[in-house]
Amino acid sequence: MLMVAVSMVVFSLVSLSPVDPVAANVGQAALSGMSDEKLATLQAYWGKDVPLVERYASWVSGLLRGDMGDSLRFNAPVAQVVAQRAANSLVLMGIAWLASGVLGLALGIAAGVRRGGAADRLVKASCFVLAASPTFWVALLMLIVFGVVLGWFPIGFSAPIGKAAADVTWLDAFHHLALPAITLSVVGVANVALHTREKTIDVMGSPYVRFARARGESTGSVVIHHGLRNLVLPALTIQCSQIAEIFGGSVLVEQVFSYPGLGQAAVSAGIGGDTALLAGIALVSAALVFGGNLVANILYGVVDPRMRKEYSRG
Amino acid sequence: MEGHSNVHRDGEFHHHHSHGASTHHAGDHHLLQVEGLTVAFRMYDDAASEGEGRRAEGEGAGGPSDGSSKPGRIARWLRDARLFLAAPQREVPVVHDLHVSVHAGEIVAVVGASGSGKTLLADAVMGLFEPNALVSGTVYFDGKPQDASSLAALRGHGISLVPQSVASLDPLMRVGRQVRGFARGGDDAARSARQRQLFARYGLGPEVERLYPFELSGGMARRVLLCCALMDNPKLIVADEPTPGLDLALAQAALADFREFADGGGGVLLITHDVEQALSVADRVAVFLDGTVVEETAVESFRSPDLLRHPFSRQLWHALPEHDFAAAPARSPEAGATAEGGQA
Repeated sequence: MLMVAVSMVVFSLVSLSPVDPVAANVGQAALSGMSDEKLATLQAYWGKDVPLVERYASWVSGLLRGDMGDSLRFNAPVAQVVAQRAANSLVLMGIAWLASGVLGLALGIAAGVRRGGAADRLVKASCFVLAASPTFWVALLMLIVFGVVLGWFPIGFSAPIGKAAADVTWLDAFHHLALPAITLSVVGVANVALHTREKTIDVMGSPYVRFARARGESTGSVVIHHGLRNLVLPALTIQCSQIAEIFGGSVLVEQVFSYPGLGQAAVSAGIGGDTALLAGIALVSAALVFGGNLVANILYGVVDPRMRKEYSRG
Repeated sequence: MEGHSNVHRDGEFHHHHSHGASTHHAGDHHLLQVEGLTVAFRMYDDAASEGEGRRAEGEGAGGPSDGSSKPGRIARWLRDARLFLAAPQREVPVVHDLHVSVHAGEIVAVVGASGSGKTLLADAVMGLFEPNALVSGTVYFDGKPQDASSLAALRGHGISLVPQSVASLDPLMRVGRQVRGFARGGDDAARSARQRQLFARYGLGPEVERLYPFELSGGMARRVLLCCALMDNPKLIVADEPTPGLDLALAQAALADFREFADGGGGVLLITHDVEQALSVADRVAVFLDGTVVEETAVESFRSPDLLRHPFSRQLWHALPEHDFAAAPARSPEAGATAEGGQA
């Protein structure tokens, strides 16, 4: 259902967009020097005059046979482009997701436990600044500081320029991945930390924490025995909603770092009127986000005894 | 009473409780004694900020630096800016000059209306406070004056809290684990044995250990909370509204458990809004009104309004069901005596 809706929206939006795929892909100079017949052939090849519904129907029937169509922009099957790009992107997003999750959780708890303390003020202030900073701007700053001025990291791409793909080592790949991943993590941390902080404050103010204290538990003991346990559920929710955030951020970050991932492919597909590729990417990302939330829901049942018992009863 | 009066330096002012029949002074002093407890909260106050602004305005107009002169204007502007930036706070007193004491072997019921700040007394005894609370007063435990850190050390090691409801249990932790608790330097095997022993004593089967708090019935939850408190062999139990939500039989069972604990030499500070209940189990009653204890008296004094000194105590007496819920004068002292005689 979700997939159908997503693909339909992508198709309608692309057909509404003023981008002419022929003009966008051939280039201005070639277009102006092109004969009318040649233009007509190209337009027919790219299916410019095929009505939206028909295009959609043929795409869906192809999809059902396992064929996601061909990308106009990359002149290759969509499945292949997506697979190759997704490999790059998933590593990037995975690292960013984990790093922002772990760091955000730690900072959020540290801030929430001693509300109003020095750590809390520091975390809160930096998170507000980060949350208010546009992703692309943070990416640019990172690029300028660490890529250009300090020269610690390469300024873009997923491999050294001019090196044959076969010669690219893991170290090279990681070195190129680091800066975009750090940027994406830093942007994500603010969100996770602020949400975790709120939840931590709730938990620390709860009757069961008050009672635990009344029984002589120290703050550290309370956090370890009751805090973490009760923060698992909200943290799961935050982490899974964060998948969508990280995905959105990756589009911008990949663009700034010229990192060949899904996000960058999506941008060029959009600009080039490459419906098949855009729909393919949209499907994959919708599946990822949906999958993340599904996993969260299943994990709730595993973690929370209240839900577990309800399932076994119902 | 001689040694006892050494501890009570302020005895002349607010120390006029009469003792219950079974009450004794273990080691010549009170188990718990709270003197002059005052709790106030600092909070932001919108109404005060407006009032303050207006007051400042009035001063400015009447003062020597009139609004027309330039330095005066700047001064006023600065003051307004300061008022705007520093949101005014005020101290809201909730408990003031409260005195109450508990002897070993007795139940003292603090009786007052719901939401009148009685729980703050429990907080004070446990040394637990909200960050914005301003607390003053003296708490003696076992005859020794306590400060915040020594009270914190007594939490679970001498003073135990029995909270109101199952909400005070961690919803995601099995009951057995919670009752055993996470005390410093605890011996796991010994604590397990103690927990099993308590469960057996209060009729909780071994299967209860494996349950989560949401699976407990009201009666089970109450016993589990009591077991939590008894786990550490306290000398004093502070029970904060332990019976609401329980039916009469369960509430009486709860009170009987407290009675048993007190008869074993412990002290119980029972905080409740239920006068009848308090009278049925307590040795002494502290009447709580408007943030302080207005009268601390033996439960026997509730046989007749003539024995009660404070008008609010008499109102409470008249409000009891067997006295027609009326604020009318008592028909006869015997009516109260027959009602309470059995428990006193």
